[in-house]
Amino acid sequence: MTPSDQLDATFAALADPTRRAILARLVTGEASVTELAEPFAMSQPAISKHLKVLERAGLISRGRDAQRRPCRIEAEALAGVNDWLERYRQVWDANFQRLDNLLDELKAKEGLPVARRRKDS
Amino acid sequence: MTIEKTLKITAPTDREIVVVRDFDAPRRLVFDCMTKPELLRRWMLGPPGWTMPVCEIDLRVGGAYRYVWLGENGEEMGMGGVYQEISPPDRLVATELFDTEMFDAAGEPSLVTSELAEHGGRTTLTTTIRYPSKAVRDAMLATDMAAGMEAGYARLDALLAA
Repeated sequence: MTPSDQLDATFAALADPTRRAILARLVTGEASVTELAEPFAMSQPAISKHLKVLERAGLISRGRDAQRRPCRIEAEALAGVNDWLERYRQVWDANFQRLDNLLDELKAKEGLPVARRRKDS
Repeated sequence: MTIEKTLKITAPTDREIVVVRDFDAPRRLVFDCMTKPELLRRWMLGPPGWTMPVCEIDLRVGGAYRYVWLGENGEEMGMGGVYQEISPPDRLVATELFDTEMFDAAGEPSLVTSELAEHGGRTTLTTTIRYPSKAVRDAMLATDMAAGMEAGYARLDALLAA
């Protein structure tokens, strides 16, 4: 998978409320499918399907213990998402800060009062 | 009166995200900056180091716009759409579709409504992005919520609570 495909898979996985709830549960520690199915009033096959999506997205991994196969959260994959998310947010912020500066320039050109900038970005 | 230059992001319905930001300028200037290529390409640049080699705007209802950005390492990102409503200086409605379709369900465009309210020479820009599906919106909202948070699991908690 390319990094972009990986991100697609991750966001698709995160777009479902049940899968987000599963991740929220796994933040507190690893759990088996049975333990995960309990609070959701869902069948184990239904939960297993969600787990497969999360696993494919690299958000969780499954233990080798054949009986229990405990699920755990993959911190590294989440860190990757967060990095990307942070950049996305920064894009909006950076764009609007540049727009602030451009607007000051346009106001000055028209002879409108320009507030002194606290700090030039 | 202080001016709130922090981005505010909310989700009023299950298919929408609303971004609000104040600007210290009359709305006609803000509107110009959003619709004139020579102005737009000076601020809508994305991450540091990116440029906007393509910025084409046919500002009429049914007219198209097309933006292409170039990253420092040669990455390219394109986006475009069609104007649905143009009423300067207070309202602009257009469809929006990224080339990558990363956030567009089956190539279905989002609808972006920009509303500009002026008060005492200042402008509040309210951008409402209506996504083609709730799933697409959820993914996008998760991005915005998570991005503003603390590092580590504190950030994840909020992402999951979306």
